[in-house]
Amino acid sequence: MRREGQIRIPSGCAISGIINKSGVRMSGDAIIRSISVMHDRSNGLGGGFSAYGIYPEYKDYYALHMFYDSALAKKECEEFLERHFDIINLSKIPTRKIREITDEPLIWRYFVAPLPTKLAESQLDERDFAERCVFRVNTTIDGAYVFSSGKNMGVFKAVGFPEDVGRFYRLEEYEGWCFTAHGRYPTNTPGWWGGAHPFALLDYSVVHNGEISSYDANRRAIEMYGYKCTLQTDTEVITYIIDYLHRKKGLDFTEIASVIAAPFWQTIERMAPKERQLHEYLRIMFAEQLITGPFSILVGFEGGLMALNDRLKLRSMVVGEKGDTVYIASEEAAIRIIEPDLDAVWSPKGGQPVIVRLNGGEPECL
Amino acid sequence: MPLNFLYPDYEVVRNPDRCIACRACERQCANEAHEYLAGANRIVCDDAKCVCCHRCVSLCPTRALKIVKSGNTYKGNKNWSGKTINELYRQASSGGVLLSSMGNPEDYPVYFDKLLLNASQVTNPSIDPLREPMETKVFLGAKPTLIERGKDGGIKNNLPPQLFLSMPAMFSAMSYGSISYNAHESLARAAEELGILYNTGEGGLHEDFYKYGKHTVVQVASGRFGVHTQYLNSGAAVEIKMGQGAKPGIGGHLPGAKIVGDVSRTRMIPEGSDAISPAPHHDIYSIEDLRQLVYSLKEATGYTKPVIVKIAAVHNISAIASGIARSGADIIAIDGFRGGTGAAPTRIRDHVGIPVELALSSVDQRLRDEGIRGNVSIVVGGSIRSSADIVKAVALGADCVYIATAALLALGCHLCRSCHGGKCNWGIATQVPELVKRMNPEIGYKRLVNLMNAWRHELKEMMGGMGINSIESLKGNRAMLRGVGLNEKELQILGVKHAGE
Repeated sequence: MRREGQIRIPSGCAISGIINKSGVRMSGDAIIRSISVMHDRSNGLGGGFSAYGIYPEYKDYYALHMFYDSALAKKECEEFLERHFDIINLSKIPTRKIREITDEPLIWRYFVAPLPTKLAESQLDERDFAERCVFRVNTTIDGAYVFSSGKNMGVFKAVGFPEDVGRFYRLEEYEGWCFTAHGRYPTNTPGWWGGAHPFALLDYSVVHNGEISSYDANRRAIEMYGYKCTLQTDTEVITYIIDYLHRKKGLDFTEIASVIAAPFWQTIERMAPKERQLHEYLRIMFAEQLITGPFSILVGFEGGLMALNDRLKLRSMVVGEKGDTVYIASEEAAIRIIEPDLDAVWSPKGGQPVIVRLNGGEPECL
Repeated sequence: MPLNFLYPDYEVVRNPDRCIACRACERQCANEAHEYLAGANRIVCDDAKCVCCHRCVSLCPTRALKIVKSGNTYKGNKNWSGKTINELYRQASSGGVLLSSMGNPEDYPVYFDKLLLNASQVTNPSIDPLREPMETKVFLGAKPTLIERGKDGGIKNNLPPQLFLSMPAMFSAMSYGSISYNAHESLARAAEELGILYNTGEGGLHEDFYKYGKHTVVQVASGRFGVHTQYLNSGAAVEIKMGQGAKPGIGGHLPGAKIVGDVSRTRMIPEGSDAISPAPHHDIYSIEDLRQLVYSLKEATGYTKPVIVKIAAVHNISAIASGIARSGADIIAIDGFRGGTGAAPTRIRDHVGIPVELALSSVDQRLRDEGIRGNVSIVVGGSIRSSADIVKAVALGADCVYIATAALLALGCHLCRSCHGGKCNWGIATQVPELVKRMNPEIGYKRLVNLMNAWRHELKEMMGGMGINSIESLKGNRAMLRGVGLNEKELQILGVKHAGE
């Protein structure tokens, strides 16, 4: 059986996300209950969570979450990390033995800061340096895989149903201001933990439901800019596109949404001149970052959460609000289970981003 | 002399029961293959003069005519084909270089025919172009690497000049001279109506056609015929022709017989003088010289028009393209070895150059490997025969295709490959006034518009089937392709998997 990355595996999915705009931290219990309602949208072959604001005591350090296939891989990877980073803390990620989750790899966590000498030598900024190191580990150290590399956030994922994955990682013991969750329905058996979602790079994490038809166009374009799509999954390429547009090109999330779910030309033609110019520019400039085919995505980032559907809305996605908390999920039921009494609930239109910023007031809708 | 005798390849078969001796065939054939015998009140035919253009067949009111392969054969020989023997006889008698027209007809692989397209099933939905928007609009030109913002934080428009096309296709270069005024008018009007571009080729631009400038690519080739400031500024883009797929490495030759009247004026050369374009541009002996010409043309046009550099697909194409992408060109046009021509030495046409599918794949990958694919757009031609070829070319990595032979077919060309004779019975590749008149631009442009609209419909259907609703998501999307009957090396160069993988 070939691993994720050696073969492209389409999957259907469930996604869910919760964010508190005021930054009030909540336990991971709610997101587990939310995603568990959509049990039938996944098939036990992958589940996972991303959690923001969970490591306040280490918020200035990159939290590297690692899967190792063997002690040898761990040794080799740790040697690499020691050559490039100050390792402030390292430990096994706490897990709970449960019947539903088996065959786990070695799962470790490192809090690190780039070695100042190495960083200066590389002539890169700190985040570029960290990103390069993540790619180095994932592409050159056999049996070692970085699956989370942001600051004050972490990804937890495994092969299994998402609610079981949550219990396995003791997610209820973490407190964060934003969580996203993913249940996967792949069309064959990857059997590898690295293939589960969310997919993350630095503090960007993506959960995605869909199968994008532009995949290879997006992949071949993004690989031109130094990214390596080792998993051949949509989520991976979407994460890189967001990282590229946000971090490297300096677009804000509204602009990013206009690139990856660009308005149709016929819509652009009807816009006011200034707006039309902007959208024409974005479509020409970033034609290869346009994503077609069905998707609903939740993008977690340092200062908030963005939800976005493809421009035809070929995947379901619902938003609910209660006070300072915004809930987004594939199905309304997944919101109602944790907050039956919502102030508002609606379905964003295709291509219409919902951007929730920390301490930023109302959700931004375009 | 019996040694000079070659049995005709084609035979005109006349059904005497149907023929009414109306003499239409006689009038229509510029090659004078048909002859009326007044005494017998019947028409006879000299097959040796027939070029198999089907003009008489199409116009015969009683359907009395057909053309068949003559079937005369030499003794069977796998090594010495009848064609080879005949060509040798012709050269032994004339001492000349063999001439041919239109694209390479020989039995080389057509990779487009060995690539198959994908469609959505279950895991994602196909999109119905009758019910949902399906975008085929493309823009060609270089892309800047940096985003610039103004004081208000808004993004500044720092895009170099772009070409906008309603679909990823343009009419390729065919000069006024090599084809007729009416053919040019048809192309220009069709391009305007379709929202695409046509290309002047190396013959200058007839003053009547300046009004189609927004839909015109003006070409600058090694002979510089018809090039002046007004010409350069009249088009939407300027194309430097370095090579042509049908005859890589050699120049062009429009015989003096075609340099008459307006053709002479437009080319700015005396009537009756041969228009000979040198093999190289004599101001470009290397890549750094190309850069100078690119910028000379940009200076001449005030940096308002993209510059296209057109090259023939040859062995070292990806390195050459990489050089061009760094030379200031906005668009690279690659012409494959199947591309057409009004006249080329047969040996060159049939033996020089490589298939455009392979050239495109390796250029696209090479530019990506070097991180400079965004510097240029890629246009490919030679030969695009259908909407399926367009889809496959775009999926391999092209931004757009060039169409010429297919456009001529729409105008009535029957691919008899005798353009170099100058007696095109369909009024396309000729300057003989009574022949040119046969091509009615009113009908011609509508047929071109029909063809492109039909292709656009098919393009949308195929895109929708793949679940793609915008052409840019098809570009370079090689996962949408599978090879069939290709070996590992071919698959590797094309960057596609084999069917079933």
